Parts: sequence; structure tokens; C-alpha cells
Amino acid sequence: MGALAQHAGIAQNALRRLFSSPISGFLNIIVIGIALCLPSGMYVLMQNAQGLLAEVSASPQISLFLTMDANAEDIATLRKQLAQNPAIGKAVFVPRADALKNLAQSNGLADVIAGLESNPLPDAFVVSPRATRAQALDLLRNQLQKIPHVDLAQLDSAWIYKLEAMLDFARILTFILAGLLSLALVAITFNTIRLQIMTQKDEIQVAKLIGATNSFVRRPFLYLGAMQGMLGGITAWLIIVLCLHFLKQPVSTLSRLYGSNFALQPLSAADSLTLMLFSLYLGLMGAWLSVARHLSEIEPR
Amino acid sequence: MISFNQVSKRYPGGFEALKNVSFDLAKGEMAFLTGHSGAGKSTLLKLIAAIERPNSGSVLVNNQNVSALKNAALPFLRRNIGMIFQDHKLLFDRSVFDNVQLPLQICGFDHRETAKRVRAALDKVGLLGREKANPIALSGGEQQRLCIARAIVNRPSILLADEPTGNLDAEYTQEIMKIFDSFHQVGATLLISTHDAGMLKGVRTINLRHGEIATESSGKITGAAS
Ligand SMILES: Nc1ncnc2c1ncn2[C@@H]1O[C@H](COP(=O)(O)OP(=O)(O)OP(=O)(O)O)[C@@H](O)[C@H]1O
Ligand SMILES: [Mg+2]
Repeated sequence: MGALAQHAGIAQNALRRLFSSPISGFLNIIVIGIALCLPSGMYVLMQNAQGLLAEVSASPQISLFLTMDANAEDIATLRKQLAQNPAIGKAVFVPRADALKNLAQSNGLADVIAGLESNPLPDAFVVSPRATRAQALDLLRNQLQKIPHVDLAQLDSAWIYKLEAMLDFARILTFILAGLLSLALVAITFNTIRLQIMTQKDEIQVAKLIGATNSFVRRPFLYLGAMQGMLGGITAWLIIVLCLHFLKQPVSTLSRLYGSNFALQPLSAADSLTLMLFSLYLGLMGAWLSVARHLSEIEPR
Repeated sequence: MISFNQVSKRYPGGFEALKNVSFDLAKGEMAFLTGHSGAGKSTLLKLIAAIERPNSGSVLVNNQNVSALKNAALPFLRRNIGMIFQDHKLLFDRSVFDNVQLPLQICGFDHRETAKRVRAALDKVGLLGREKANPIALSGGEQQRLCIARAIVNRPSILLADEPTGNLDAEYTQEIMKIFDSFHQVGATLLISTHDAGMLKGVRTINLRHGEIATESSGKITGAAS
């Protein structure tokens, strides 16, 4: 209990020190918060993009447009061939007449279509592959393209490939950003603690003269660094939560317009905790480095 | 308790502040350290608390060779030594009470015990009414007494005082001497440096001159002679 009370006392003291000059104290925390919210915000966006990707790529389709000269017999062979292909989950035949009817209904082109002399649309298969990875889909598409009487095999989700590549890029960018800004956080804490050690020079000297151990002298500064880091982490968390809150409505409107029920996912509890603990740890590390560097310079005379 | 054996101290500038100093101070003994300004009194006291290290010779405190102590062991040596600094070394960013409680915080005393001991120490030096004041608001003499309170609050077995009565009038000097005496009574070992010849009656005195022990008088003999 005594030890606990002592630690609480040190923590309270650290908090007071942190805001002994309120403006610079707050500024430090805000700077740390912004630095941290960039990579963690990107992380949240990527999580969401990944969710979106999983949703759309769960049902990729390849449209197989047949040549105009394909007859019923050719279609029957093709149907059998598709059914036997292990890479294909389902293949639905869309006769050219149905395709025209669908087109007339869905797009209000009824007048235009009614004016046509003959049906310009080919027969088609809509193939649902088992694979969802872009590479496997591409392979399958190339394979299908080579089948006789197939005019065009079209992967209607080529953009997934691009999105995936973009996500890979964003992931690396996030890592780099996280690394650099973590370094910045450590540097900011290092400097805060350096200044604090300088202003408490007398106190440190006197404490050493009357028997303070190094860990006793060190402890308040480590608390200070850890606390500044954690407050920065909380700030970053607040910024992200606020941004997500404002983005939620527009995103769901947008996805509804695209016929999806995708909704922006908030930062999970585990991720929130990780963010705060990580920032606390970085603060602690900055303080530790600073203390190791500067405290030994203060020897009592 | 404290034993100097052929101790020399040369400061970085090359100045030899102590030369071949040897003496012994038994446990529970009280002695004065006198000498002109610059004689090496403060230096000698600093060597005991390992604030400075000797260039040669050995300083033993409690049979421990202080000059060979590792840095990590210094705090535990110093907790056993109450030190009254010539330049006070008070902290002006906190109250009188907080200044005195620092040694107790360092040793990890709990709140209630700390408050009790701080008040007792402040009472001894006549500053009980000023515990909330900032040390900067105290007179020179009061600051000196505050230093004494901080040095004794931990009830150390060794008390080193560097000119503790420099700013005090005769009456307070008597008061301070009484405090030291009472500490002496309960078995503490005391070494007090002073300019004040009036304090010296009947007590062992070590006189330094230019870093060397010039004369050493056992208190009892001088006491008998006078
Ligand atoms: N840190 C230091 N660096 C170099 N020389 C020093 C240092 N401290 C003290 N000295 C020198 O060592 C000598 C002894 O100093 P010391 O402080 O021990 O004297 P003192 O007897 O306490 O004097 P006073 O009565 O004036 O306090 C002095 O000549 C001083 O100039
Ligand atoms: Mg001196």
C-alpha cells in the first residue's frame, strides 16, 4: 500500500510537472497526438479497405461472351466443359435474347432496343470462380479465353487487382510512416525530459547528496515521459474517433449508392489499447534514453 | 567510525586542498574542525560523504573504505550521514516542510511517519510555525536552521556540519549547540567545522592549516587545562 501510494504520488507529481507550463505541455501532447494519428488513421482506413475488398472479391465473376456463330451444340459442350473445370464454382448460361430483355428493362433503353433490327448481343456464360485472389482469377480468365467459340473472357473485377496493389503500397507506406513518427515521438520525449532535467538540476543534486538512488532520481522522469506518451496516444485516438464519426455518414451514403451495405468500421478496443500502450512505451523509451544521457552529467559537488 | 589515513586531495586545477591528513573519530565522538578560510575544512567533510574522492590515502566510515565505494553504493552511505552544507543547498521551489521531508521520501517512509518526523525536526530548530513558508522567505539564520532540520530528520548516526552557525547570533549558536549535544547524547558521531572559537570549549578540535593538520587538541585535556 505504501509503495502504491508512493507511485501514485510520483505520477501525480509528473502530471503537475507536465502542465507546469500549460501551453507547451498541451502543445507537446497535441504534436504527439497528430504524429501518432497519421499512421494509425491510415491503419484504420486500410482495415476498412480490406473489409471492402473481402466483400466485393468474395463474389468475383468472369463473363464469357461467345462468338455469334456458336450453335446450341457448341453451347452444350461448353456448358459441360465449364461444369467439369475444378476452378469454377458455378456457370450460368445467359441466352442472347434474355440479355437483350434485361438490358431493355434495367437501363430504360427500351426505345433504342425496340428500334434495333436484330439482337446485337452474343450468348454468354457468367462464371463464378472458386478463387478470390486476383492472380488466380487472372490465370483462369486467360485459360477461358483460349476455349473455342469464346470471343471474350472478361474479368469484371480487374479493379480488385489494382485495389490490392494499392493496398500493398499503402501498407508499406503506413509502416514507414509509423516508423518515422515513432522516432519523432521518442525525440520529442527525449527533449521534453532533457529540459525537465535541466530545470530540476538543483533538486537532483540535492537528492543525490542526501542519499537518493539513481532509480529514485530517474523514476519521476520516466513517469513523465510515459505519461506524455500516453496522453499523446489518447489524443491520437480521439482524433481518429472524431474523424471516423464525421466520415461515417458520407461513406454509408456512398456505399448505398453503389448497392453495397458497407459501413465504416471504428477502431477496435484491442487496437485502441495497443495504440495507447505503444505510445506510452515510446514515451517511456524517449525518457529512458534522455535520462541515461543527461542524468549522469549531474553529479553533486 | 571515521578514519582518515594519509589522505591527500588535489583538485583538478592542481591545487592540493588536503595533504597527508590522518585522524580517527570514534563512534559517538564529537569534534570540531577549525582552520582559516581555504584550509580544507569543506573538502575534508566532502571526502567523508564521498562527494569528493581522495587522490591518495583512505577514508574509512564505519569500517568501509569510502574512497573505493561503487557509485551504486553511495546513496546508502549518505543516508547514514546527515550533512549540513555550507551553502545550504535548500530547494526554493517548495515549502519548508517539503524540504525537510526529502530525505524521508528518499528512504521510502510513509506519509504519517514522515509528517511526524518532519514536525519533530522543525520543532527542534524552532521553525515549526514556518512549515508552509518558502525557504526564500526565511532569514539567513532560519535557512541555516532549516538545513539542520533536514540533516537530522532521518536520525543519521553521523552528522557532518559545515559552518552551521556562520550566520547565527550567540543565542542561536547556543541553541544549535544544544541540538548537536542532544544528538551526541543519543550516540551520534559529529564533526562540525567552524570559525567560531566561542563554540570550542571542552571539545576535541582538529585544526587545519593549508590542508594539513596543524594541531589537534583532545577536548578533555584542554578542558582540564583551562
Ligand atoms: N571544486 C574545486 N575545484 C578546485 N579547487 C577547489 C574546489 N573546491 C575547493 N577548492 C580549493 O580547495 C581549497 C580548500 O577549500 P575548502 O572549501 O575545503 O576550504 P574551507 O576550509 O572550507 O574554506 P572556508 O572556510 O572558506 O569554507 C581552497 O583553496 C579552494 O580554493
Ligand atoms: Mg568551507
